[in-house]
Amino acid sequence: MIRLSVPFRQALARLALPVLIAASFGLMLIGKADTVLIERARAQLADLVVPLYAVLARPIGTVREVIAEVRGLIELRSENVRLREENERLRRWYDRALALEAENLALRRVLNAPVEPTPIFTTARVVADVGGAYARSALLVLEPNHTVRKGQVAVDAAGLVGRVSEVGHRSARLLLLTDINSRIPVQVERTGTRAILAGTNAPRPRIQHWTGPEQPQPGDRIVTSSEAGAVPAGLPVGIVREGRTGLEVEPFADLDRLTFVRLHEFGLGGILPPDQVVRPTARARRTGG
Amino acid sequence: MASPVARPPRPRGFWARLDQFARDSAPAALAVVLLLAGGLPIGAAGQNGGMPLTIFASVYFWTLYRPGLMPPWVVFGLGLLADLLSAAPLGVNTLILLLLHGSVLTQRRTLARQSFLIVWIGFALFATVMLALTWGLRTLLSLTVQPIGPAVFECGMTIAAYPILAWLFVRLERSLGPV
Repeated sequence: MIRLSVPFRQALARLALPVLIAASFGLMLIGKADTVLIERARAQLADLVVPLYAVLARPIGTVREVIAEVRGLIELRSENVRLREENERLRRWYDRALALEAENLALRRVLNAPVEPTPIFTTARVVADVGGAYARSALLVLEPNHTVRKGQVAVDAAGLVGRVSEVGHRSARLLLLTDINSRIPVQVERTGTRAILAGTNAPRPRIQHWTGPEQPQPGDRIVTSSEAGAVPAGLPVGIVREGRTGLEVEPFADLDRLTFVRLHEFGLGGILPPDQVVRPTARARRTGG
Repeated sequence: MASPVARPPRPRGFWARLDQFARDSAPAALAVVLLLAGGLPIGAAGQNGGMPLTIFASVYFWTLYRPGLMPPWVVFGLGLLADLLSAAPLGVNTLILLLLHGSVLTQRRTLARQSFLIVWIGFALFATVMLALTWGLRTLLSLTVQPIGPAVFECGMTIAAYPILAWLFVRLERSLGPV
């Protein structure tokens, strides 16, 4: 260890704070200027911490399951009534869907329409959200030889969750659709009106810039639009609600309780700058059906 | 007040040194553990922004009671780690935490002797000012007005969590030996 005289050490200690404050401003500039470098640093840090979270996620998951189980036991009766009703309703929908599918197939045969390719997906576990109040993101654990790319869309059981914003060797960061930096092209299912879903860091993202005269109405279903080739069309997103400052969308996805998400591979590479888009080289491990 | 750079004489011998190193790095290590724990998926509703910022309490407490163990470069490192772990712009946490560290150092002489309640109120004031500054900086950096609701909630959580964290820190502080 280098021995320094006490006054010199005191001078150094006094200088450290202003120098480091200046360094913070430097970091802000670097963060604005060289996003690729920062992204790589973040991805590497995420690779380091994700195994830790993955180990801890299991016991925490068990505790959560136990709590859910207890709650489920308490609400068993009312839940049963609700499920019975829902089952009845869904049975009607099921018949309807079968009829429509048959009709669809028949029409496709008549028109010689090409069959839409089945998307390939990878399933990933959500381990952490070190977001704070100014970002809505989640970390995903991936296997070391994954094929996940930046820009892929993630969905949970109910609907769209967000898009992959950083990819590391064992981890990826998911930018949720509620994040202030998230912009997703969507359309109103009823009218086909195109719009942009803009995150605000609040639980419900805002719907903006719709085209055409017809304004989205509260209660309308919102699905993704393939505008600009950024996301595949038709993924369920949410329902329009009247907000305090304008029209908002209540997401179908349970963004507060994400445990697993599916990362879809649609072979799209829109919006992201060309140098960051890598065409898929290998097929994803699991295929969706 | 002991000067932040004046330390007791360094111990001799490998084990004594290792022990001293472990004691010296314990506050920073605990701060890192708490920071990482803040990201655990415990499934609380609206977890993003709903978790207390433990790192503020860490920097405040150790700057107040053991500034020698929370030097500026450790504060900087903690801020950088927090910045890299989140998806928000870089540099804000480092700057705010260093400002917190610096301003607490100036008030240390009077604040460190007060009762817990006064120290807590002090933390509430410092945290509110710093989080307001954070909000301003984030707004400035992204050129869009950031929602105020989550920020206020986060500030409240951070202040509310201080007694629990302080209890933990006090236990660690007592095991560290004399200043």
